[in-house]
Amino acid sequence: MSAVGHEIVSGHEHDHHDKGNFFTKYVFSLDHKMIAKQYLITGVIMGIIGVMMSLLFRMQIAWPEESFTLFKWLLGDRMAPDGVMKNDAYLALVTMHGTIMVFFVLTAGLSGTFSNLLIPLQIGARDMASGFLNMLSYWMFFGSALLMVISIFVEGGPASAGWTIYPPLSALPQAIPGSGMGMTLWLISMAIFIVSSTMGSLNYVATVINLRTKGMSMARLPLTVWALFVTAIIGIVSFPVLLSAALLLIFDRSFGTSFFLSDIYLAGEVLHYQGGSPVLFEHLFWFLGHPEVYIVILPAMGLASEIIACNARKPIFGYRAMIASILGIAFLSTIVWGHHMFVSGMNPFLGSVFTFTTLLIAIPSAVKAFNYITTIWSGNIQMNPAMLFCIGFVSTFITGGLTGIILGDSTLDINVHDTYFVIAHFHLVMGISALYGMFAGIYHWYPKLFGRMMNKNLGYIHFWGTVVCAYGVFFPMHFVGLAGLPRRYYSNTAFPLFDDLYDLNVLITVFALVGGVFQLFFLWNFFTSIFYGKKAPQNPWRANGLEWTTPVEHIHGNWPGELPVVYRWPYDYSKPGLPEDYAPQNMPFLEGEEKMHH
Amino acid sequence: MTSLLILAVVVLLGIAVWQLTKIFELTQVGSGPDDAASQIANEKDNNINGYLLFAFLGFIYIMTIFCLVKYGSLPLMSNPASEHGILVDNLMWISMILIFIVQIFTQFLLHYFAFKGRGIKGRKARYYSDNDKLEAVWTIIPVITLTGLILYGLYAWNDIMFVDEEEDVLVVEVYAKQFAWDVRYSGKDNTLGKANVRFIKGINLVGVDMSDPNAIDDKMAKELRLPVGKKVVLKFRSQDVLHSAYLPHFRAQMNCVPGMVTQFAFVPTVTTAEMREREEFVTKVNNINNIRAERSQKLMAKGEEALEPYEFDYLLLCNKICGASHYNMQLKVVVDTPEDFEAWLAELPTLGEQVAAEEASNAPAEEQPAETPEELSEVNTDNEAIAQVVK
Repeated sequence: MSAVGHEIVSGHEHDHHDKGNFFTKYVFSLDHKMIAKQYLITGVIMGIIGVMMSLLFRMQIAWPEESFTLFKWLLGDRMAPDGVMKNDAYLALVTMHGTIMVFFVLTAGLSGTFSNLLIPLQIGARDMASGFLNMLSYWMFFGSALLMVISIFVEGGPASAGWTIYPPLSALPQAIPGSGMGMTLWLISMAIFIVSSTMGSLNYVATVINLRTKGMSMARLPLTVWALFVTAIIGIVSFPVLLSAALLLIFDRSFGTSFFLSDIYLAGEVLHYQGGSPVLFEHLFWFLGHPEVYIVILPAMGLASEIIACNARKPIFGYRAMIASILGIAFLSTIVWGHHMFVSGMNPFLGSVFTFTTLLIAIPSAVKAFNYITTIWSGNIQMNPAMLFCIGFVSTFITGGLTGIILGDSTLDINVHDTYFVIAHFHLVMGISALYGMFAGIYHWYPKLFGRMMNKNLGYIHFWGTVVCAYGVFFPMHFVGLAGLPRRYYSNTAFPLFDDLYDLNVLITVFALVGGVFQLFFLWNFFTSIFYGKKAPQNPWRANGLEWTTPVEHIHGNWPGELPVVYRWPYDYSKPGLPEDYAPQNMPFLEGEEKMHH
Repeated sequence: MTSLLILAVVVLLGIAVWQLTKIFELTQVGSGPDDAASQIANEKDNNINGYLLFAFLGFIYIMTIFCLVKYGSLPLMSNPASEHGILVDNLMWISMILIFIVQIFTQFLLHYFAFKGRGIKGRKARYYSDNDKLEAVWTIIPVITLTGLILYGLYAWNDIMFVDEEEDVLVVEVYAKQFAWDVRYSGKDNTLGKANVRFIKGINLVGVDMSDPNAIDDKMAKELRLPVGKKVVLKFRSQDVLHSAYLPHFRAQMNCVPGMVTQFAFVPTVTTAEMREREEFVTKVNNINNIRAERSQKLMAKGEEALEPYEFDYLLLCNKICGASHYNMQLKVVVDTPEDFEAWLAELPTLGEQVAAEEASNAPAEEQPAETPEELSEVNTDNEAIAQVVK
């Protein structure tokens, strides 16, 4: 074990942790643990908005053009006159649901929270490499989230061109009202978001590389940190490309350039654009857009690895294979973006290349799935809510991942492209899976975040309600897709071809609504436990990570005395010859203890 | 039917919640009220949730069977109406069966292992962290399977996407705009006249350059008719935003991109009349008509008009978000016998005739009739000028 971390920050600088007023402690805090909480709570609130939107448009799909008092109440006269959702309002909701869930909940809410919380704690660092950059990153994220929410209320409504904002639809307010002020705010918000995300990612990478404590070599890093570290690298590589796409789109919209637009005749007149190509935008967008799904899923995988090992009381199976597959997925994720564009009109030869690279991703993914299953095999499984969500995660990851074999194959994609089959696929494999990962992380590290325990029984109800409903929503959706129903249709009964799917759509919506109700159990549990939860012990799950060696009360600098020294890998659970069924990373080897593997 | 279904689901879930709370409450007996340990899973929790996980496996299987029985007609995987559709469907079935088996198998392992290993006090888990052989197995098996799928996929893809220009084909343009489709046949010369949105004027809806000699015999239509058994090359254009021409029955799809011509070629193999007579479609149409009849009754009760009965037709659907009425942008597609197709096509006027007729009828009405032809030619030269300026 040659690579030894450097202890840059000494303990003395952090002795003054109790000073500071309300603002420096709770608002403009430099402490990574507080920033993690800020990310989490912002993410949860954005999640409530995003999920609510999906329930509303699901109601419209199931009972098209029916009047609901709920719509009148929540959407107002502009989006739902007389309680009937308007068709452009439907597209606005779909667009904002996608944007909010992908970027604000599953990117910032998930990796923002857990990178901030876990990276310093698990590698044995006093804080992030730059606390100030970290604070800045959160507040820019907060600003972008605020702007995105404000954009819902501007004239013309929020962006409505789908979360992929393909021009020309997103560029021309004549084409759809949401492409006016709403789209401008969307682009500005996303630009700020990308700046925030890049600052955060740079910080995470710098911290992991430089601030590991003594003995914490890369080969002893918990898989959580590996996943968060690689996620940060993917973010640095791909997010700036989206920024460039957004900037060029701003030029096209506001300064009359033609990067993405050409030969357009709209509302009775020929527009001046000439020579641009919407396909160029698709390339730029998906160069981020595809890695983005791994930015969302890798942290969930990292959290799941940690929680599964801890609750199964077993070492994670194939530690090195897990790292290799994270790296493999990360590398492949940057060269598969074209599988979103098989029928975009790009050269079919590119389609062959992207089919090849895309299907290769199935290999590291299969390795991960089987390694999780083997870790669970022959364990002594503690069925805490976090563990249940991890088992749910592996289950949906498999169900959703398998259909990727169909969508990644250009020949088959011709026919199922942009149908509900795609919706079912990506919601299971990245949406629901990542959400389960996030829930698991919250239940598991809640004692670390807030010093209290979440209620177990509410957790069980939340879990079982959620898994049954999520499966009830997204499994039948494959069959809607295999009937050929295109996505983003405001109503499926405008012409008779899909009339026989009426029942199925109602069933899906009912599952979605009930599933939404079950989230109330979580919200209640989450917010009340902050104040009334049972006081947590230092290491409630008897886990090996360094984060559980810090005091329950948060202090600046994390460890009151010297930094812990690491002697072993993080997965020595149930090791034969040890008195307990766990061995924290800072526990020296016992005399005569066998040095297995790591 | 639907309301019953909803009611059943709600009632079942209600019962499930009630039971769960009760079970979980019962497990709490014996642990102190203010003890953090009460919030950590104990042996009873492990047991209950272990059994529930196993039951969830049952739920997955039941859901699968339910969907297969009730919605297993899978229109995208049966009755292809094009030559390459058979190839696509084959690959689809192979992949689907493979997925199905892996899904059933791995879900079983996952939930069964979780159930089997539910925590018992005093038992020690097996310290098992590596096995190179096992890992090699589940790396190599996917590699082999995927190699097969990739090879088949690439073979089919090349077969479908690369069109041999030498072949005897029918060239047809499908033109998209918010929120309708236009169709242009290339006429006797089988060559479409050049076009650009800058030429759009009056009846010349898709901006054909009338100075191009190939354009005169082009023919416009409001539906897409195709002769059975002949390869058709569809050329796609869009005048405003992205659209996607999706022909699910023919396993065909291509985006329509403003500023660019895209294409997709296929051979229709089943005429509309033949398809209507197939058993699956008779059943499907009857089913839809029953549903529509029910809905009609409700509408009539409200004093609105009844719905028209449904008759099967191939459709081309818009499948790329394109604006508020994206959901209602289809084009009727008819596959005819070659004779019927030729007869239908022969009756359509050529674009040259239509434009001439429009000019003639406009001429007396306008104050300066002499300018009309000049205007047209002006537009032609203007276009080149504009192109240069922009560049």
